[in-house]
Amino acid sequence: MATLTYRDALNQALREEMQRDPNVFLMGEEVGVYQGAYKVSRGLLEEFGPQRIVDTPIAELGFAGIGVGAAMSGLRPVIEFMTWNFAVLALDQIVNSAAKMLYMSGGQISMPIVFRGPNGAALQLASQHSQAWESWLAHIPGLKVVAPATPADAKGLLKSAIRDNNPVIVLEGEMLYNIKGEVPDGEHVVPIGKADTKRPGTDVTLVCHSKTLTVALKAAEQLAAQNVSAEVLDLRSLRPLDESAILESVKKTNRAVVVEEGWPHAGIGAQIVDLIQRDAFDDLDAPVQRVTQADVPMPYNKLLERAAKASPERVVAAARRVLYLD
Amino acid sequence: MTATARSPKDTAQTELHLKMLRQMLLIRRFEEKAAEAYALGKIGGFCHLYIGQEAVAVGAIAALRDDDYVISSYREHGQALVKGISPSAVMAELFGKATGCSKGKGGSMHLFDAKRGFMGGHAIVGGHIPLAAGLAFASKYQSQGKVCVCFFGEAAVNIGAFHETLNMASVWKLPVIFLCENNRYGMGTAFERVAAVTDIVEHACSYDMAAELVDGMNALTVYDATRRAVERARKQSHPTLLEVRTYRYMGHSMSDPLHGVYRTKDEVEEQKARDPITHLAGKLKEDGVIDQAALDAMDAELHAEVEQAVKFADESPDPDPAELFTDVLVD
Repeated sequence: MATLTYRDALNQALREEMQRDPNVFLMGEEVGVYQGAYKVSRGLLEEFGPQRIVDTPIAELGFAGIGVGAAMSGLRPVIEFMTWNFAVLALDQIVNSAAKMLYMSGGQISMPIVFRGPNGAALQLASQHSQAWESWLAHIPGLKVVAPATPADAKGLLKSAIRDNNPVIVLEGEMLYNIKGEVPDGEHVVPIGKADTKRPGTDVTLVCHSKTLTVALKAAEQLAAQNVSAEVLDLRSLRPLDESAILESVKKTNRAVVVEEGWPHAGIGAQIVDLIQRDAFDDLDAPVQRVTQADVPMPYNKLLERAAKASPERVVAAARRVLYLD
Repeated sequence: MTATARSPKDTAQTELHLKMLRQMLLIRRFEEKAAEAYALGKIGGFCHLYIGQEAVAVGAIAALRDDDYVISSYREHGQALVKGISPSAVMAELFGKATGCSKGKGGSMHLFDAKRGFMGGHAIVGGHIPLAAGLAFASKYQSQGKVCVCFFGEAAVNIGAFHETLNMASVWKLPVIFLCENNRYGMGTAFERVAAVTDIVEHACSYDMAAELVDGMNALTVYDATRRAVERARKQSHPTLLEVRTYRYMGHSMSDPLHGVYRTKDEVEEQKARDPITHLAGKLKEDGVIDQAALDAMDAELHAEVEQAVKFADESPDPDPAELFTDVLVD
């Protein structure tokens, strides 16, 4: 087991899957000669050549659609978006072509394609570059959506995504590329649709994914200092959602806070709260709380930006509310 | 006809012309029946007919190998039939039946037969143009030697996907043929009202791509132009843009009146005088290949075939209710 950055864990997954299956290729802006805008594809052009590491013009809609067309004939494209903010230009291909091809063809044409790239706010990139798209994407039947938070999960989920015969959205955390963690060597595959308890606890469940895992873990530490035992449940997959893991944890703790990077209205947390109120109503000791980005476009100013983001302090405050401590 | 009159090449050509005539007539009769069935409420949703444009699908697909790819927009009944999907399977799909070529889940706008290389009707204008380049990319990646013909209307030329895709297809030298069926109107909007460049072939200059302007009311000229483009794609892996000028006699869809407020009845009648079926039938008669009796017999046969397709569609079962939840994801 090696200690790798999230970036290098993704790189390892890509390299291993491309070595394993000649039908896998990577296409996107700056993936080849430049070695990736975030260096996720470092060294791959040298190893696999320009036929399989394909630099594109800035034309997200076009190259996403070319990926979909290639997948229609059985290739396994990995389409990299420089950020999910740019992928919005390609939503037609993701939503209207990739997600619906199998269904509208009556099961004839499957869609083994991965769309991946960084998601969520980084630092002071302002409104157009600081958005979390998971609730948009997880809304669509015909897609799978994963959002790994650790280097090990990044490797394991990307490998699963590439091997999946359905379109899989991989949301990488823009602020996570440099984090380090232990990553199993070689064959390490994390199944899509399985949440992971990153910290066990008994008093309240903190449901999170992607970058908010860090937020939730910090909050759990602060809560521990206040004699509150928080369980941190990392969803890892947003579609399909590991509903039983959420329900089991809430049945144990009887309280929950859902943390996400996206906006509150129609967010991922709304779906989770719906699940809990429907299937764990009798186990709840308090209404579920949500911590999200403020319901505004992201400001540039550092202080305003900090105030807009989900923070450990806001998670601690929400946890105290569900525990009736304040 | 004398025994010495024809060389084998002539015979092959005659057979090809007869096949084209038959296919055009099949489309015409099929679409007329579809219009009837729509009026009877047997077909729902949107239904875009191909009447008037038959020479385009027939001429272009005649230039392909069976394993080549065809992908089209939502006005694709004609291409689907010519690519070899049976009239019964197409009609059953329009009727939404389990026996349809997309199991009743696609309908008029989403006909598919992957085994025959018919990669669908797609219903977001221009959205399938990149898919065509992707299929060509895959063929090149796997050295399959297949080409892909992408049918789309002239209105799609104003959409970004068209330009993004032509650029990449040219940069990457993909074996794809962008076949623009210029029927002059995007729904009710005349192309010249919304396009700065009205000769679509000119767009090829921006992407350093071969192009041809083609008379789409003549199946033989469409065939010849497509054959040249196919050769360019197959031998040199170069894309081509074909602007094929054609005309639809019917409204944009079944919910649209025949000529509407955006064109005159006279214009439609004038175009009908250039009818592709009459044209090819006339030529074959002139050449002594076919006489009126044989033409009538062919027509009667196709009438019967289409009647049979309607009967098949009518009598076919609806999809099982459990089908609602299948084909969302593969296991």
